[in-house]
Amino acid sequence: MSEHVYKADGLVAGYDNKPILHDISLEIPSNKISVIIGANASGKSTLLKTMARLIKPSEGALELDGRPVSKIPPKKFAQVLGMLPQSPIVPEGIKVSDLVGRGRFPHQSMFGGWSNADYEAVADAMEAMNITELADRSIDELSGGQRQRVWIAMALAQQTDILFLDEPTTFLDITYQIEILDLLMDFNKIHGTTIVMVLHDINLSARYADHIFAMRKGQLVAEGAPDDVITSDLIKRVFELESVVVEDPISSTPSVIPVGRHHTRSAAMV
Amino acid sequence: MMNDSITLIKAGRRQRQRRWIIATTLLVILTVGLSMMMLMLGNTIHPVGEVFRALSGETIQGVSFAVTTLRLPRMLAAILVGFAFGIAGDVFQTMLRNPLANPNVLGITTGASVAAVFCIVILGANNSVISTASIIGGLTTVIVMYVLSRGKGFSIGKLILIGIGIQAMLNAAISYMMLISAEQDIPSVLRWLNGSLNGVTMSAIPTLAIAVVILVPLILLFSRSLSMLELGEQMATTLGVRTDFTRVILILGSVAMISIATSITGPIAFISFLAGPIAKRLSGPGFSSLLPAGLVGIVLVLASDLVGQFAFTTRYPVGVITGIIGAPYLIYLLIRMNQKGEL
Amino acid sequence: MVKQLTRPPSSVLPLIRKRKTHVPALLIRWSLIFFILLVLSAAASLAFGSRMVGMDGLMDGLFNPSVETYEANIVRKRISRTVFALLCGAALGVSGALMQSVTRNPIADPSILGVNTGASLFIVSGIAYFNINSAASYMWFALAGAIITAVFVFGIGSLGKNGATPLKLVLAGAATSAALSSLVTAVMIPRSHVMDQFRFWQVGSVGSGSWDNITLFSPFLLTGIIIAVICSPALNAMALGDEAAKGLGVRTGLIRLVSSFGAVILCGAATALAGPIGFIGLLSTHLVRLILGPDLRMVIPASALLGGVILTASDVLGRILGSPGELEVGVVTAFVGAPLLIALAIRSKVGAL
Repeated sequence: MSEHVYKADGLVAGYDNKPILHDISLEIPSNKISVIIGANASGKSTLLKTMARLIKPSEGALELDGRPVSKIPPKKFAQVLGMLPQSPIVPEGIKVSDLVGRGRFPHQSMFGGWSNADYEAVADAMEAMNITELADRSIDELSGGQRQRVWIAMALAQQTDILFLDEPTTFLDITYQIEILDLLMDFNKIHGTTIVMVLHDINLSARYADHIFAMRKGQLVAEGAPDDVITSDLIKRVFELESVVVEDPISSTPSVIPVGRHHTRSAAMV
Repeated sequence: MMNDSITLIKAGRRQRQRRWIIATTLLVILTVGLSMMMLMLGNTIHPVGEVFRALSGETIQGVSFAVTTLRLPRMLAAILVGFAFGIAGDVFQTMLRNPLANPNVLGITTGASVAAVFCIVILGANNSVISTASIIGGLTTVIVMYVLSRGKGFSIGKLILIGIGIQAMLNAAISYMMLISAEQDIPSVLRWLNGSLNGVTMSAIPTLAIAVVILVPLILLFSRSLSMLELGEQMATTLGVRTDFTRVILILGSVAMISIATSITGPIAFISFLAGPIAKRLSGPGFSSLLPAGLVGIVLVLASDLVGQFAFTTRYPVGVITGIIGAPYLIYLLIRMNQKGEL
Repeated sequence: MVKQLTRPPSSVLPLIRKRKTHVPALLIRWSLIFFILLVLSAAASLAFGSRMVGMDGLMDGLFNPSVETYEANIVRKRISRTVFALLCGAALGVSGALMQSVTRNPIADPSILGVNTGASLFIVSGIAYFNINSAASYMWFALAGAIITAVFVFGIGSLGKNGATPLKLVLAGAATSAALSSLVTAVMIPRSHVMDQFRFWQVGSVGSGSWDNITLFSPFLLTGIIIAVICSPALNAMALGDEAAKGLGVRTGLIRLVSSFGAVILCGAATALAGPIGFIGLLSTHLVRLILGPDLRMVIPASALLGGVILTASDVLGRILGSPGELEVGVVTAFVGAPLLIALAIRSKVGAL
């Protein structure tokens, strides 16, 4: 898969003229998995949506491969960058393979059925998400974890080099969270797809991310490899939480242990 | 492995496609059959052969007039109007993701009616003026609805309530115009309230036909984008759909089409509400229901008109029949939606 | 149980006591204004019409029975119509206020809830199948139709969670109305005599207001208003929620049943004699609430006054606009009332729908 340079420079954006993002400049590492972390309302989703062109920035520039993104036609942009928003709507009665196939829209003409490439992309995405057997089932019959895999498969079927995911694991049991993150990592390894996602769980972020963007009150406060970025200092700045950072015994990545006001034995260790 | 899954997915799609094709074909056959019945049935029943000879221009004593002057325009109007209402209804229901949100309930057809009544009854205008005015009436209603319902807290519920309010006002306006024009005969009142094919002449057909022939392909061209809108604004945008542009085109196209249809037959009750859900039931998931919805619209109008004309000792206008079929379905739908907590 | 029944609910309502302190001045001022409006609209109703009557004629007609001028006679003929309009308006106003508080729903009105159409269907069927032709028999048929429709619409509208929300009720009303009006047409079309008679009823509006009709109408009006007055303290408590009302000793089920019955006989009787007239309840009650606040013990009488004023004024307007004939008063009230419905819909929060 080809490399892309996607840069934001001095980005200001928000809703109804109320800016949520303040002066954000960053470059998304190509072919890597990046995770945006931050407290609630720190602007994680807004950043993702702005970079996916769902929100128009009031100031600043977004450039994809040196071209301002506002100049790229919607379908062309959608061939390069896909995004799974937090709560997409399920059309009534739709079957799994048809829904995954909707991800092919940017590659299709206004008329006509599916091409072989469409079938291949859909099959590939469904296999990657382990949902091939569900092809002819209705979405309404599926469990939450299965549904989420269907949505991700749809985004994968779009076959973009860059994929944004807004909290793909929220509301799922820990088993499904790990399952989905593993599948996404497989996909990144096999296809080299650049993945940017918002995750709530810092430890999982540290485990699966190649690159971390940490946000606080609409600003980017730190970025870099998890080993360099995730420190108790940063956690304090971003989440206003005292913590101890230890090594994850499984992945050797940083793991954050929060310190509360009780349980003084651990607090003494700080 | 990969090829297996492609085969599996293809098989499922093929199956759904087959269902769509069968449903559509059946609807086309029904349409043709019912259209023939429209031409054959009447005060006297003419056999198929005579009907065709009359249609091909031959003058047959006692047949030609009935078939070509009385029954043909009625049949053509039924087909065009049914098609227009069916497709436009499905566009609105799909776009707003709610079966209740159709041009009837939202008061758009009433807006077109008011303009038509004004032109016919007050101005005594000709067909092209009436069509233009109806389109303006329909679009104005849409714009007014948009302006009133936008802003914080948009919901389909709000839109529907506003629509019902606007309808009450527009119907009052129609009653007023009927009164001051002294043309308050029951048939015309019924036409503007419920819809009727009575008194449709050949002169009304060309405008309607041109509108349908231009606007239906335009709408169908956007059917793939329309199905993307079902996934929600954000998902559609990230998949490369120009959502605002798509909506504007679809609304303009369908409103123009039903406005012209309304100016000729009145807002035939419930067609735009019934056609979409029936078509979806018949043609199944996975493929666009727009074309089947248009065909269901035709079948409903033709069948209801035949029932209205010949099933009883008295002739009922088509809108009364569709009203009696449609309203209970609306009530049923409300009960179901209420129980599911969707309202 | 018996104990609860006999306890007067009003004695336990702190809400009302608190309001009492500053109410009289406000109430007196607005009663006066409403009364002046009432007199003005009544005078207009006597004077205007397809033939205008001057001040002299008006005075002669009203106060000098000996004067036999043409104008004075016209005024006398218009008296019963005016009285009838005032009474019908009062009935519809109170009915709307009751329906709104029973359903805790700002959009409830007999016309919006389809009750009028229910009455219409029963009258048409009565004319067609039972050969009814007297005002009294119209009355009973209309009442039956109104009650059945009301039960049906409320039944559908209150299914599911959240009970009867405005949207659900309005949709249930609109759907039922659509079904019933199709049936009305179906019954009417083959029978020209029914059509004539029914059109006379439907177009008749308050023009049908003879002294006989007023006599027939009065008991229903009185019963309804008495029910409304008796129930209003309990309904006030119920505005705080059923739980709270029960805590205050209100028998919510019974009150709801009785006041719905009151609402339905008021609008049923008015509809039977005057034909379907919409939006009076919506208009008067909302105006009154805006001015006097939510206390039903004031809203009910004030809605009655204002309902009478609005209906009479609309009738005058209809006569002027429709001259030389007349425009159905229902058309006028729809034109005035529908914008209010729209405004309420715009203002309402999504959650409330």
